[in-house]
Amino acid sequence: MHEFLRREIFFLRRPLNIWSRLLLLLAAGALVAAIFLPLWKIHLVAPQYAEGLSLDIYSHKLVGGNNGQDLHEINGLNHYIGMKTLSEADFVEMKWIPFALGVFILLTLRAVVFGRMANIIDLGVLFLYFTAFSLGNFYYRLYSYGHHLDPRAPMTIEPFTPVMIGSQKIANFIQTSLPQIGGYMLGIYIVLLFAALWLSRKEMP
Amino acid sequence: MNTHKRIPSFAIGALALAVLAGCNPPGQKASSSKGSSDNAASRTFVPPGEKDKYYLFYSGGHSGQVYVAGIPSMRHISTIPVFAPYPATGYGFDEETKEMLGEYTWGDVHHPGLSKTGGVYDGKYLFVNDAANNRVARIDLRDFKTRQIIGPIPNSSGNHGSSFVTDNTEYVLVATRFSVPLPKGRYADPKDYAKEFNGMVSGIKVAPKDGTMSIGWQILTPPFDWDLGSTGKGPSEGWAFWTSYNTEMAHETLEATATQAERDLGAVVNWRAAEQAVKDGRVEMIGGVPMIDPAKTPGILYFLPIPKSPHGIDTDPSGRWIAAGGKLQPVVSVFDFHKIKAAIDNKDFDGDFRGVPIIRYESALEGSVPVGLGPLHTQFDGRGNGYTSLFIESVVAKWKLPPWSDEEKADLNKVVLDKIDVHYNIGHLVTGASDTTKPYGDYLVAMNKLSKGRHLSVGPSQPESSQLIDITGEKMTMLYEAFTEPEPHFAQIIRADTVNAIEVYPRDESKHPHAVWDAKETGVVREGNRVEAKVIAIRSRFIPDRIDAQVGDELVIHVTNIEQTTDMIHGLGIAEQNVNVVIDPGETKTIRLKLTKPGVFPFYCTNFCSALHQEMQGYLAVKPAEGLAANP
Repeated sequence: MHEFLRREIFFLRRPLNIWSRLLLLLAAGALVAAIFLPLWKIHLVAPQYAEGLSLDIYSHKLVGGNNGQDLHEINGLNHYIGMKTLSEADFVEMKWIPFALGVFILLTLRAVVFGRMANIIDLGVLFLYFTAFSLGNFYYRLYSYGHHLDPRAPMTIEPFTPVMIGSQKIANFIQTSLPQIGGYMLGIYIVLLFAALWLSRKEMP
Repeated sequence: MNTHKRIPSFAIGALALAVLAGCNPPGQKASSSKGSSDNAASRTFVPPGEKDKYYLFYSGGHSGQVYVAGIPSMRHISTIPVFAPYPATGYGFDEETKEMLGEYTWGDVHHPGLSKTGGVYDGKYLFVNDAANNRVARIDLRDFKTRQIIGPIPNSSGNHGSSFVTDNTEYVLVATRFSVPLPKGRYADPKDYAKEFNGMVSGIKVAPKDGTMSIGWQILTPPFDWDLGSTGKGPSEGWAFWTSYNTEMAHETLEATATQAERDLGAVVNWRAAEQAVKDGRVEMIGGVPMIDPAKTPGILYFLPIPKSPHGIDTDPSGRWIAAGGKLQPVVSVFDFHKIKAAIDNKDFDGDFRGVPIIRYESALEGSVPVGLGPLHTQFDGRGNGYTSLFIESVVAKWKLPPWSDEEKADLNKVVLDKIDVHYNIGHLVTGASDTTKPYGDYLVAMNKLSKGRHLSVGPSQPESSQLIDITGEKMTMLYEAFTEPEPHFAQIIRADTVNAIEVYPRDESKHPHAVWDAKETGVVREGNRVEAKVIAIRSRFIPDRIDAQVGDELVIHVTNIEQTTDMIHGLGIAEQNVNVVIDPGETKTIRLKLTKPGVFPFYCTNFCSALHQEMQGYLAVKPAEGLAANP
């Protein structure tokens, strides 16, 4: 047991070499990109909407395709089934996520400067928590909007959860939900963290 | 460095991400490929989901409208209302279109003319004439709607010889079929036709920025019946030509009296000189427009004798050869513009008529092509051939344009290359872009006057026949036969990709002073006897869906369709008030009604819009006038 704890402390004290620090810098860049690029896209296709209706979810805003017109169109269609209107103002997480990402960027830069394995472990654990929470929150939003349908709506359908990743059929629409470049940037961040860790795993404190 | 060995796993990871990012959501289909075949059926078949190659804009004749079809399928796609109300698209019921129509509910549309830039179609406007009430309309091809009607044109009656567009849409040229005493409204006995009546050639000026039409100039002519015209290009750019019948200046039983002379006097007009004359002030203002007397202002109008009661006159794509259909003589008279110009410059005249020089016929004529019985109109393929419609013989004749060899000149039968039967009695024909410098040369549409026996019987009233002919080969081939509403005269063909139509009126571009986009701005307001309602139409409700008024009120309703998606069209029809407007996405229309009867009048969306279209309705509640009982 003592041996394990001693090796654990030794590991956490390992310094980060220049390559790891560079990868961490790239990782910070990936987060900057994630603030500004779309994280996720929801796409709806039906025979009479062959070109599709799309919604781009950013860390700080919700943008409908076709110059924003798609958002109006989707809300117009949703009102038939009693789904609540999608409005950026209702998504308070869009005020917090850019702030949270900003904190992670600072912490990553701190790791570049302080240069210890422990910093990466901190970042990794916190970021995985953040990601899990965000995905959980996203799922909760999808569940909530699809389940709390207005009982007075003209058309009654079984409550449903719009799919979070992948495709499903809803009435005459095929809904597809996939991460976008910003979302991939969040994944790349984790990969870069791990790569930075790996490259310095044998460095001597 | 031990980073070297880690690259492959990174690469695989990156590749996987790249593949995922390129994932296409379902619903996007790959484009299909069309097979090719010599079979006529397959060449006119446009598979479901695919589109035609060309627009075919038919004149609607005395229906007062323009029909839009596609080539090669020949399918009718839509009707553009111009001179007659059309409740299907709400034309003629809202204030803007009611004002355009004025006091008339019909018109006679004969010759559509597409706008041109540099001698080729630019896809911006389509101009059409109203031969009955003397008007010209401009259809904007951005949204396929009639946007301006000018007329009745002063000093003119029966502008049949319209609408011929100059090479850069400087003017739409117009000439009268009917001569009347001038100024219009003056009475004179038709017995004194030759002395008291006059015809008119007019240049309708088109503003380059937005197509607005105004009268540029008019040229006073003797009371000949101007028939068809053609604008010059290339060497003849700046000139225009018209045929006439009734040089005899007869006024009764024209069938006999207007067909006596061997030749009628066609018009050769230097319209640039006419434009200059207006600038120089060598005009007289009659009926509020600048009029040129060609006897007093020479160099603008010349007469050209053409056999015999000629009908169509068409300038070939090079601008040099001018073909006139002889109608009562079985020939197409082909004139050489170089010879015409030389005759004018050398004053090679055969006398004059009322001060207008008559160009010597023999000096201007290149040859008379013996095409057959009843030659009317000629169109071109851009490969040196002319195609003339023969009404009496019921064929289209293909013939070679000059230059002709000596052998051909000795016997011009040799230049008649092919004839194809049409069913029956063809009037106009059209080939793609024939009146430009670059005809398309592939399709010809024959517009026939008699369709008897060619379709299921629909009773005594007959539709018109329209036949699609392939002109790409040496011999013409009949491809398809379609039937149209009465009654196309001329038509225009334009490549689909030259036209750029919108399908939604963008909200940002809305200039209507009473458009409403937000439910908060809607409502009903009373000011004395005037009730003004601002209404939104959206799937699937009107906001508000209740309008209160009183007998004796003037009710004004502004309705905005706030949709911004293609084909989300709403209508607003009010029961028993004789009003139906149709509002396209992003459009706003104004209805004005005088309320004369009390009661509750339901209104509803007339144009199918959504699954809940049936639920889209409202009530116009009209109280009886104050002091009267509630129940009659």
